[in-house]
Amino acid sequence: MDIRVQDRDGLKIAELVGDIDGKTASGVLDALAPIVSTGKGMIVDMSGVGYMSSAGLRMLLTLYRQAAASKSLLVLVGLSEEIKETMDTTGFLTHFILAGDIQTGMQAIKNEGRRDGTD
Amino acid sequence: MERIDIYPTHEYCGYKLRPGRPYPFGATIVPGGINFSVFSRSANYCVLALYTKGEREPLVEIPFRGMFSKAGSGEPVWGEFRIGNVYTMTVFDLDYENIEYGYRFDGPDGHARRGESGFNRFDPSVVLLDPYAKAIGGRDVWGKEPDWSEPFQHRGRVVYDDFDWEGDRPLEVPLEDLVIYEAHVRSFTRDASSGVRYPGTFAGIREKIPYLKSLGINCIELMPIFEFDEFENSRKDPNSDLWLKLNYWGYSTVGFFAPKAGFAASGRAGDGTMVADELKTLVKELHKNGIEVMLDVVFNHTAEGNENGPLISFRGIDNVTYYILTAEGYYYNFSGTGNTLNCNNPIVRDMVLDSLRYWASEYHIDGFRFDLAAILGRDQWGAPLANPPLLETLAYDPILGKCKLIAEAWDAGGLYQVGSFPAYGRWAEWNGKFRDGIRRFLKGEPGLLGDVAQRLQGSPDLYRGRGPTASINFITAHDGFTLMDQVSYNEKHNWDNLEDNNDGGNDNHSWNCGWEGPSDDYWINALRFQQIKNAATLMLISQGVPMILMGDELGRTQRGNNNTYGHDNELNWQDWTLVEKNAHLLRFFQHMIAFRHAHPMLRNRSHLTNTDYKGTGYADITWHGTRAWQADWSGNVVAFLLSGKHAKGGTVDDDFIYVGINMHWDALPFELPGLPAELQWRIFANTSMTSPEDIWEPGSEPVLQDQHGFTAAGRSIFVLVGK
Repeated sequence: MDIRVQDRDGLKIAELVGDIDGKTASGVLDALAPIVSTGKGMIVDMSGVGYMSSAGLRMLLTLYRQAAASKSLLVLVGLSEEIKETMDTTGFLTHFILAGDIQTGMQAIKNEGRRDGTD
Repeated sequence: MERIDIYPTHEYCGYKLRPGRPYPFGATIVPGGINFSVFSRSANYCVLALYTKGEREPLVEIPFRGMFSKAGSGEPVWGEFRIGNVYTMTVFDLDYENIEYGYRFDGPDGHARRGESGFNRFDPSVVLLDPYAKAIGGRDVWGKEPDWSEPFQHRGRVVYDDFDWEGDRPLEVPLEDLVIYEAHVRSFTRDASSGVRYPGTFAGIREKIPYLKSLGINCIELMPIFEFDEFENSRKDPNSDLWLKLNYWGYSTVGFFAPKAGFAASGRAGDGTMVADELKTLVKELHKNGIEVMLDVVFNHTAEGNENGPLISFRGIDNVTYYILTAEGYYYNFSGTGNTLNCNNPIVRDMVLDSLRYWASEYHIDGFRFDLAAILGRDQWGAPLANPPLLETLAYDPILGKCKLIAEAWDAGGLYQVGSFPAYGRWAEWNGKFRDGIRRFLKGEPGLLGDVAQRLQGSPDLYRGRGPTASINFITAHDGFTLMDQVSYNEKHNWDNLEDNNDGGNDNHSWNCGWEGPSDDYWINALRFQQIKNAATLMLISQGVPMILMGDELGRTQRGNNNTYGHDNELNWQDWTLVEKNAHLLRFFQHMIAFRHAHPMLRNRSHLTNTDYKGTGYADITWHGTRAWQADWSGNVVAFLLSGKHAKGGTVDDDFIYVGINMHWDALPFELPGLPAELQWRIFANTSMTSPEDIWEPGSEPVLQDQHGFTAAGRSIFVLVGK
């Protein structure tokens, strides 16, 4: 599992490459949890994730909750059709904002922020 | 503070272990590892086989007794991981998502082989499924033919049992307020006409919640969803790759704790937790929409069949505990399917209880319908018990304390307990007498009015002291004709079942309205729809708990097949084009269900008394004929008046409701009973009329022109409200 994080316009962009499963999920959480609520929001780029197990779904939900607790936003971009379906059928999809790519993801966070009057 | 017992004490082939905890049975995630626990009284040797998911050969096989290494020092040490008759160990550092597991058992006194009778069927060459497996692999994608050369077919998996329930809990809708909808998970949305994204799955049902809501039902009863093998007794067309027959309905359990993976859209990922998540998400969403979830559970037998059946789990672990056997070691067959689960053995009783508790607490299931439940009241030798411990245990169980318990109160061994099922103040019954009596009455058979009057009142003749909620009122269910076929066929047409039309019941009490099968005749079709509306009306205005068979509200046909258990095709699949084609019928059901919800007088918890205990001038129910206040019990024409002042035992005010039932072939004038001066009769339904004048939206019923009389067409029912 490869995790790269960068800052762009006050947002964290986390790029994940590899499978997220019982072996790797806790590592991803350890890397992202401390920073998920430090800025206005985080974009998790999952275009490099081929498979996500139920442990991965739980990791994302935990991350989402931590972001939500500090009114930060979490946007997922680049989900494969298969992962999107898995998240849909298992009920996890409803928690997340999805975007096709990082640019639209950043825009989504800005739009949400404006709606909340925090931007 | 960290526990002091989460460190290994032993090692075996590089795997770290320690003595396990016997309870709970099954494979449980514990700090640092997985705790395995399995019971066998008859065995004397047990091995845990661990696999990487989908692999043919095990990763390791760890005996529960033998030489191990001491953790840390590596010194050889004898170990035995067993407490009483329970083999249990904790194995550390396992990737719980990625393993599958099973057990090998051996024991003394005989190893009866396939085809032989015998008491013990130990075969240590076979890896067996854990009876408590919470997820089962091997049939992950529905209908995908398994690799038959694979020796371990049904593979235990470990489930991470957390879930974000968002505060959900079982709805606890009072039983008398339920309108049950019996559906098969795959049949409901498998057909392309369903238009759902995930056809034939739990997720597919979730997509159809708006439909269920618009219909107005508040409980969906799912036909079996415990893991089963759709390929059990399957038959393939020798000339093509098509399956002529599958174990489609699934009344044959492989594991009592695992949801059917092939019913989950997420099943293909091979991740038991995802399957659980998908089903839990469905339950949560149904609850959000006010719909309870009931499971049809099959505890009377298992998928292992008789002595010729496969060695999957129970029989290889402890045959004499799990099954009722003859003195010669053959399987008793009270279920009609090969074997009979030994439900009143204390071990099996606990397993059934553990299973139900698990579904109630872990999946928030609201109730259970027990297939061939009379078997649950048989003793270990098959004789019916006066006070069956299992039924009593379930009735008094604290965790199941608010669950609905419904018995199919008969079995295939001739025990018929409708009206006499041991109830302990809890159990309701599928009322087979409602089904049969109302079917015959609808055909126009005379001389049934005494019986029909009982059925309309929640069968006080059967359930005095238990109340109308003991009676699940149904006219059709998965066994037998659909309602459309009930009015389209005199005889069953089961040739597609490949049993020479010998399977399925012959006591259908059906009438084809003048032509066997589909017809172009306007009058025949009009009469059929009228008869369906008559049936729906009788069911939904009766005291007790109505149950609608999936698709009856749309006029679904099985082309005269009354036993479609093996068909993965249009014979079972709901045809959603009927929503448009038979919109008038759906509308009729919607309004009739809404009417039931609107009128507490139809949903009493106690039986009506036929007396005026409130001193209103009207008894709670009064009987009439074509002359008001004069019922003629000899024919097939009757009417009744419900006094709204007596709703819910006189505690709630409702309207007056009058139901005129003319099952005579010709039109008859009904004289209407008078109402209190300030009230007027309004017409709610008249099954002889064409839509939209067959039924009105509850609350918008128009006032009757003639307040004193009403002419009912032949074979029709009219419903009036006085307000």
